[in-house]
This record gives sequence, structure tokens and C-alpha cells, in this order.
Amino acid sequence: MIPLGHYLIVSAILFAIGTAGVFLRRNLITILLSIEIMLNAVNLSFVAFGRAQGNVDGQIITFFVMTVAAAEAAVGLAIVIGLFRHRESLNPDAFTSLKW
Amino acid sequence: MIALIPLFPLLGFAINASMGRRLPKTVSGGLASLVMLASFAVSVAVVWQVANLAPAQRAIEQTLYTWIASGDFVLDLTLRVDPLASVMILVITGIGSLIHIYSTAYMHEESGPEYARYFSYLNLFAAFMLVLVLGANFLVLFIGWEGVGLCSYLLIGFWFEKRSAADAGKKAFVVNRIGDYAFILGTLLLFVRFGTLDFQRIASAVAPLGTEPTFGVLSVGTLLLFIGATGKSAQIPLYVWLPDAMEGPTPVSALIHAATMVTAGVYMIGRNAVLFSHAPETMAVVAVIGAATALMAGTIGLVQNDIKRVLAYSTVSQLGYMFLAMGVGAFGAGIFHLYTHAFFKACLFLGSGAVIHALHGEQDIRNMGGLKAGLPITYWTFLIGSLAIAGVPLLAGFFSKDEILFDTFARGHVILWTVGILTSLLTATYMFRLVFLTFHGDRRHDAPAPQHPEEEEPAAAPAHGHGHGNGHLHDAPPAMALALVVLALGSVLAGYIGVPHALGGSNALGAWLAPSFAARSATTLADRAVGEVGEPGAGGAGEAGGEGLELSLMVVSSIVALVGIGLAAFIWLRRREIADKAAASFPGLYRLLLNKYYVDEVYDATIVQPIRIVSQEGLWRGIDVNVIDGAVNGTASIVDGSASLLRRLQSGSVRTYAGSLLVGVVLILGYYLWR
Repeated sequence: MIPLGHYLIVSAILFAIGTAGVFLRRNLITILLSIEIMLNAVNLSFVAFGRAQGNVDGQIITFFVMTVAAAEAAVGLAIVIGLFRHRESLNPDAFTSLKW
Repeated sequence: MIALIPLFPLLGFAINASMGRRLPKTVSGGLASLVMLASFAVSVAVVWQVANLAPAQRAIEQTLYTWIASGDFVLDLTLRVDPLASVMILVITGIGSLIHIYSTAYMHEESGPEYARYFSYLNLFAAFMLVLVLGANFLVLFIGWEGVGLCSYLLIGFWFEKRSAADAGKKAFVVNRIGDYAFILGTLLLFVRFGTLDFQRIASAVAPLGTEPTFGVLSVGTLLLFIGATGKSAQIPLYVWLPDAMEGPTPVSALIHAATMVTAGVYMIGRNAVLFSHAPETMAVVAVIGAATALMAGTIGLVQNDIKRVLAYSTVSQLGYMFLAMGVGAFGAGIFHLYTHAFFKACLFLGSGAVIHALHGEQDIRNMGGLKAGLPITYWTFLIGSLAIAGVPLLAGFFSKDEILFDTFARGHVILWTVGILTSLLTATYMFRLVFLTFHGDRRHDAPAPQHPEEEEPAAAPAHGHGHGNGHLHDAPPAMALALVVLALGSVLAGYIGVPHALGGSNALGAWLAPSFAARSATTLADRAVGEVGEPGAGGAGEAGGEGLELSLMVVSSIVALVGIGLAAFIWLRRREIADKAAASFPGLYRLLLNKYYVDEVYDATIVQPIRIVSQEGLWRGIDVNVIDGAVNGTASIVDGSASLLRRLQSGSVRTYAGSLLVGVVLILGYYLWR
């Protein structure tokens, strides 16, 4: 059996990739995708913990996360489309007028 | 029953204040006079009830309700009529009624709402004054004490559109407040010392004590009370408001000077006679201040040119007499003078009001003269009042003033007696200067006088229709004439209830008042204690061998009064130029007197201006602008500054927010992992 540590290392690597994507990419859609990767990294660690402990709690919470992620993707994409119509751009640095 | 006495005027006030503007003038004025008459009737009934009791038990009380109950301290709203209070309520309601009736005619030129406002104040004034004299403890007295202060402010400033009237009202109020402050302190001190505020209980507690040789609680407490009295009763140093109070309508002056307000201080000392008797230091101060005020006001009165101002200074002077009497322990004599003074001073003021009314507002006696023929009722009543105040034998003022002077002399205060006699000379002189300049000689007022004054139409002239400058004078209308005649009669007859033993009288008033000046429950002790300072209120007339002295003193003061009148007649009837020459040869003295010893100016320079400067430069520009506004503005600018730093965090960049979120998470996790 693959030890828990290996799952967690993969999960951490995925989370780091997702985080890097959120901070480094300049396209809102890519950022949304990166967020999905971060969420799935967490899902992976939940499932791994659940399996290591021999219960289904990790799987149950993963379903919740997936549901929320689906909703988030729907809302997020809708916002992205709205923003694009507004500014003709998908660069998050173009949307800094909401301040003070 | 007793409560009805102040309630009637209060009812009049409530009606006139709430719906007076919709009532016709006859109703509002008539109602105000009617409630005063009703109050007078109740007073008579109550006094009759009191008089039917045995002399030692002469007091009836009515406790309306418990006002304050806190632990052992219980204070009832109690009204009490004893001999002293009965004299006061009769004076207040009796003379007050006459002044109300007089006012219905005097104020007839005011518009309806103003007329009702005037009468509502007048009724309120009387109600508060009645509370003042009926109150059985210091706090109830204090309600009235403050109330009359308020009403004097309202009435003196009645014509508040005139700057000087508004200022005079303010001055009266502020000066009175100074005295009131001392009065509160004195009351508190007595409460701390005796644990009660009831007059009788304080008197009973004081009576067994010996007189206080040095300055102690009693002396300081009574001195503070006396300072309060100087404010209300216009004595040095707080008399300055009274002459300015002439800005009010003339009947108000009569009410303030005769029946209410200024008598409050004298009454208060009489009410606490036992207490004051135990503080000889205070008594000495009271006597000296009284005599000094009498003399000083008399000298000022000699040169003033405004008819009401002369009368105002004469009031201050006569009040000085009353305080002199109180100070030497002749409480009965002081109250006697208060009572007779109420008649002739009200008569004089109402007379001067009739003159001013007839001359359409002229108040300067230099512009009067020759009014005798045109205003016979006014002239004769005014003359009687003047004779009475001058102390001419057999009129009211003679008996009361004489009793004061005799008591002063008999108790060994020869210097004070000399001052009193001198003042009496001054009184006769300035009063008759007033009479002669106003009523005798040639007409000098600006209404074009007829070519031949002796052919002038007398008072029976038909209604003149307020035409100015038509040269016709109209004498007092019936309501005013009634008040004048009754008061003139009173000025003649009022003294006969206090005819001294030396003249074969029985000094009924002195005997009547005596129980009020002794502690009730410990009468014998009180008599002894009071006796150490002097006789109780009945005066020294009972002393064997004193009668000859009293008679000779009476002769002296009668001569002095007649000399004063003669002097005035000589100077202002025959040789006007003597007065001018005297003024010209002592210009400094004349200016000093004409400007009232520059007391107003001195107060202005030493008290008003420093307060103004400290307030303006220190409190306003210094503390208010710098400290208080500075604190407020400083708080605002601190918030503003820190916010302008903090708002840089809100960049609007989603990336930055996410970055700070990440850093935060890493830091928190790091803390928990490596702690």
C-alpha cells in the first residue's frame, strides 16, 4: 500500500502549482482553473486521510467541496464574462478601480 | 385654607398666561385684580383666626404634603401663619391688590396679549412672594425667594424691546443670583449644624445656646443669609439693581418696592430673629450696613433728576433703616417700618406713575413743575406720602422711623443714631425737592404750556384722546385714583397700630409681633437669650425712664424732618439758584453724587470687565477654542491621518488581496507548527 506521506506530497505539489498559477498567471480563466487545482489538491489530502484512518469522512467532505467548486466555477465564469464585457480584458490587474 | 392665599394669584397667573391673549383686556385685568382681592379676603380670615388664639400659640400651619423624605430627613411643604407672616400677607395682598387695580388703568395702552402677559407676571410675583412669607422652612421660603427674583427679571424687562430695560432685568437677576448663592450656602450651613430647615425648630435649637462671642457657625451662617438679604433687599454692596429696576412699568416698581421683593430680606431676618440674636457679630454688620446704605442712598437721592430714580434711592435708604433696626435687635420696629413704608412708598410710586402717565412718559423732574393745579388727586396723595416718608409727626412714617431711631439710641448705638437722624434730614429734603420740582413752580415740560398757567384748565378737562402736546393734563383715571387715595389714607393711618407707649399708645403691633421673634417651645430661655442682645421685638418702649428719652428723641426727629422740608422749600421754591450754586461750587462732590458714587463704574471695572476679559480671552479663546475644540479637532485629525495611511492597503488589486491572504495563512500555520 502506498503510504499516506506520498499522497500528501502529491497534494502539496498540486497545491503549490495551483497557488503559483493564481499569483503568476495574468488570465482570469487560468486563475479560476488554478483555484480548481488547489481545491482538488485539498480533496486529494482529504481522501488520503480518510483512507488512512479507515473511514469515509474524507470522501464525504470531498463531495461537499466538489459541489461548492462547481457552484464557484459557475459564478466565477459568469463574473469573468461580465468583467470581460465591461473592460475587454481578462487581466486581473485591469480591475483595480474598486478601492477607497 | 392657608394654601388658598398663594393659590389664588397662581390661578390668575395660570389663566392669564395660558389664554390671556384671547381674553379682552377688561377680563384679564379684572381677573388678576379679583384673585388678589380674593387672596386678601382669605388672608384677613386667616389672620382673624390667628388673632383669636392665645398670644403664645398664635400660629396655624398647613402641611400640604411631604416634599422630600430621605432617611431621617423629612421636609414637608408646610405653610405657617404666625404674627409676622400675618402682617406680611396682609401687606402683600392688600397693597398688591391696589397695585393691580391701579395697573388696569396704567397699562391700558398696551395691546391685549401684552396686557395679559403683564398681569400674569404680576400675579405670579404676588404668588411667589406669598409662598416666601408663608413657608415654614428655609426651602419653601427659598422657592418664593427665587420666584420673586425670576418675576422681577420678567417685569423689569417687561418692555424688553428697549435695550436698557432688557439690561436692567438682566442686572437685577444676576445681582440677585449672587445674593441667592450666599443664601443657599447659609441654609446648608444651618442644616448641617441643626439638622433641620424648619424655622421654629432652628429657633428652639438655638435658644438654649449662648450668644456666639466670636465668628463661628452661627455668625458665618447668618452672615451668609444676610448677604442673600442684601441682594433681595438692595443693601450695600448688592443694591445696584434696584435703581435700574425703574426701567419696568411704574406699578411694577411700586410692587417691588412696597409690597414684595425688597421686603423679603428684612422679613427673612425677622423670621430668624432668634438665630440672628445669637450672632452679635452679624448683628453689628447688619446694623452698620443698614445705616451706611441709608445714608449713602439718601445722598444720591438728593441730586438725581429722574422722578422714579429719586424714589428708588429713597427705597434703598428706607430699607437701610429697616436693616438698622434689625441689626440693633429691634425686630418689631423694623417690621413696623416695613409695613408703614409699604403704604407710603406704594403711594409715592403710584403717584409718580400718575405724573408720568399724565405727561406721556416724561420722567425728568427738571422738565416738570406746576402740575399741582392739573393733577390735584395725584398732588395731594403724593404730598401725603412725602410727609409720611419724611417722618412728619402723626403720619405713618413718623411712628415707625421714630421707633427705629429710639431703639437704636436706647441700645447705645449713638453713632448709628446720628447717621439715622442725618438720613432722616436727607429724606425730608430730597422728598420735598421732588414734590416742589414736580408740582410747584412753573411748568417746564415740553408740552407747550398755555400763556397764562393760572388759567389752565383743571383736571375736569374732557377726555383728551391721547393728543400729545395739547397742554391739557388729565389726572389719574378712577382706578388709579382709588389706589392712590386708599394708599394715602393708609400712609396717614397705618402708623396708629404701633403708637409707642411714650405717646400713650400701646404699641399693639410690637406686642402682636413679639411671639414671632422668640423660640416657641423654649420661650423663657429664648427671652433670656434675646434679652442678652436687646429686648425682643416689642422694643424698648417698656423700659422705665425710657419714655422721657423717647419723647425728646421724637421731638428731635420731628424737628429734623421739618427742617428738611423747610430747607427744601427754601432752596427749590424760593431760591433755585442756591442749588445750582452749590452744585457749581462743589463740582466734584456733585458729580460724585450724580453718578451714584461711581459704584456701577467701579463694579464694572473690578468685576464685570475682569469676568468678561477672563471669559473672552481665557475661557473662550483659551480653553474653549484651544483645549475643547482642539481636543475635538485633534481626535478628528488623528483618525484622518491614520486612515490615510491605512487606506493604501486597499489597492483594489485582487492579486494583492490574495497575496496578503496567503501570507496570513502561512504565518498562522507557521506559528502553530513551530511554536
